[in-house]
Amino acid sequence: MTVMEQRGAYRPTPPPAWQPRTDPAPLLPDAEPYRVLGTEAAAGADPELLRRLYAELVKGRRYNAQATALTKQGRLAVYPSSTGQEACEVAAALVLEERDWLFPSYRDTLAVVARGVDPVEALTLLRGDWHTGYDPCEHRVAPLSTPLATQLPHAVGLAHAARLKGDDVVALAMVGDGGTSEGDFHEALNFAAVWQAPVVFLVQNNGFAISVPLAKQTAAPSLAHKAVGYGMPGRLVDGNDAAAVHEVLAAAVRRAREGGGPTLVEAITYRVEAHTNADDATRYRGDAEVETWKQHDPIALLERELTERGLLDETGVERARQDAETMAAALRAHMNQDAALDPMDLFAHVYAEPTPQLVEQREQLRAELAAEAEPEGAQ
Amino acid sequence: MTTVAVKPATMAQALTRAMRDAMAADPSVHVMGEDVGTLGGVFRVTDGLAKEFGEDRCTDTPLAEAGILGTAVGMAMYGLRPVVEMQFDAFAYPAFEQLLSHVAKMRNRTRGKMPLPITIRVPYGGGIGGVEHHSDSSEAYYMATPGLHVVTPATVADAYGLLRAAIASDDPVVFLEPKRLYWSKDSWNPEEPATVEPIGRAVVRRSGRSATLITYGPSVPVCLEAAEAARSEGWDLEVVDLRSLVPFDDETVCASVRRTGRAVVVHESGGFGGPGGEIAARVTERCFHHLEAPVLRVAGFDLPYPPPMLERHHLPGVDRILDAVGRLQWEAES
Repeated sequence: MTVMEQRGAYRPTPPPAWQPRTDPAPLLPDAEPYRVLGTEAAAGADPELLRRLYAELVKGRRYNAQATALTKQGRLAVYPSSTGQEACEVAAALVLEERDWLFPSYRDTLAVVARGVDPVEALTLLRGDWHTGYDPCEHRVAPLSTPLATQLPHAVGLAHAARLKGDDVVALAMVGDGGTSEGDFHEALNFAAVWQAPVVFLVQNNGFAISVPLAKQTAAPSLAHKAVGYGMPGRLVDGNDAAAVHEVLAAAVRRAREGGGPTLVEAITYRVEAHTNADDATRYRGDAEVETWKQHDPIALLERELTERGLLDETGVERARQDAETMAAALRAHMNQDAALDPMDLFAHVYAEPTPQLVEQREQLRAELAAEAEPEGAQ
Repeated sequence: MTTVAVKPATMAQALTRAMRDAMAADPSVHVMGEDVGTLGGVFRVTDGLAKEFGEDRCTDTPLAEAGILGTAVGMAMYGLRPVVEMQFDAFAYPAFEQLLSHVAKMRNRTRGKMPLPITIRVPYGGGIGGVEHHSDSSEAYYMATPGLHVVTPATVADAYGLLRAAIASDDPVVFLEPKRLYWSKDSWNPEEPATVEPIGRAVVRRSGRSATLITYGPSVPVCLEAAEAARSEGWDLEVVDLRSLVPFDDETVCASVRRTGRAVVVHESGGFGGPGGEIAARVTERCFHHLEAPVLRVAGFDLPYPPPMLERHHLPGVDRILDAVGRLQWEAES
């Protein structure tokens, strides 16, 4: 048979029918960030929750200020402040049950503290006396993760493992807008969706990755839109509206708990301070922009709502302020004591059992320390 | 007395058996990776595990090495014991950030509160005619990362024993599988209860008096062949199989070199910045007064892994090893 004859005999049939594997419409975020405070939705908010959020927000702001001051006094090596982002930090911690897990990034010390970790232990990393100061398993809080987005696949794996074991555990993982450009963000969301893992991703879009604005980070309609490509819902929320963040995260946690799989939440907020105390924000943004955001302050928004509804009076405001001062004074007192350091700890936790090579090196350091301790001129 | 003929098993089969026995003994052992489930792995090393234990215990993951290792970290945080397969040496590189920044450091970062018992299986090395990105010797990268154990078997029995030990270890273990030995067979009897080998102990594969060949993984059979060939030159070579690169067994290696007075390190990995430099330095520091000659290295050339039709010129072979042995200053003895 010639080629032409073969072609004549060829009877094309259509390929198997194609259709989208999931309907993308319900996954799409709303056009506007969800808001509660100052809207009709506020009437439905639980007054007790609002009061609790307020107290934690005030404490959180004070914590950020105190930690920044400690940096200037040389008591902390560095502090990436979450001032202006307290609503996200606090809501992320309060939305979880005790058995759930939190996976913070390096800017989320406040969420770690709001989850119940000792404020001094939470600062160990930034003080520099060790890397992680708290026991992650005791608090179900993963170590603060400095390499961007690398903690996200951990959250997915942990949530997946819990589900395999039949445990009712949800993982909430925090990341910034810059972190969404990392490969680990993509891989974590993809694994989570494929495995239908009970995990919630909270992106705090605070406008900047150190100096780089979002426009140079992504061309996506919003970061929440990225969810659709993975087959999970994306939600957009006003990140300075503590009630809204809490409500959106609570719904995502509920959905995960009930077997509905992961959710991506983008909270629109603003990093009021520089990246860290070592950064100079005036090199890449103007005061006017910062001032605009200060007019949309998470504490002021909540305070107005509570006051207008008669849920908070001047005494209440003063009490919250006093509680925050008490916390700050205790933190100062602890941090002004020198950290207890034991150089031999360097070798204690590299492996379950030190290798012969590490045993040799440990003994070398021990001898060096002993020599240092000898009085001058002693034989 | 009757003897039952046992069909010898290959190294690949011994590895499968090790995972199977570990999974049967401990429900927290989970195998995961690309194509490890339905297919049984591109080298069939996970053959039958998904069928026997279900897809939740032997899981086909999305194709993303950082995601595979990253999720394994989370699973280990929750008390599971993941055994991760990286499909090929050079495909493991996307997982390096997870490996270096988290897997290797988590125990240390958390003062021992959060150990990560993860086994990372990596088929490595050349000699199978693979096209580019399929034949790298990546062990130096892993060795240079504190917090990891690095293990590589050269025999079928060790493949079983070391993999069982790796899975049982409470520390992360990079388990390097010499892929050209996957189909090798030796006297290991799969019907016998197999022993679990301790991690960190080298073994003398062949005793000799003239010089020590220090080697591991895919180069062990090459060194044994070289030792046989060396007999006609009048050299009686000892061959030390390291088995574990981290921890390093200084004791066994140095005891051998002190006996023979001469040493050559043999590996496929490039020489510059490769494991041989570290090994030669350790031996020299510890055995200087026993050495009759400098410790020499026979390594792969310092170049990107060659195309398959040229790889035989790159890989250390018997002749190159014997040339090195010949340069160990024998004339000084006469």
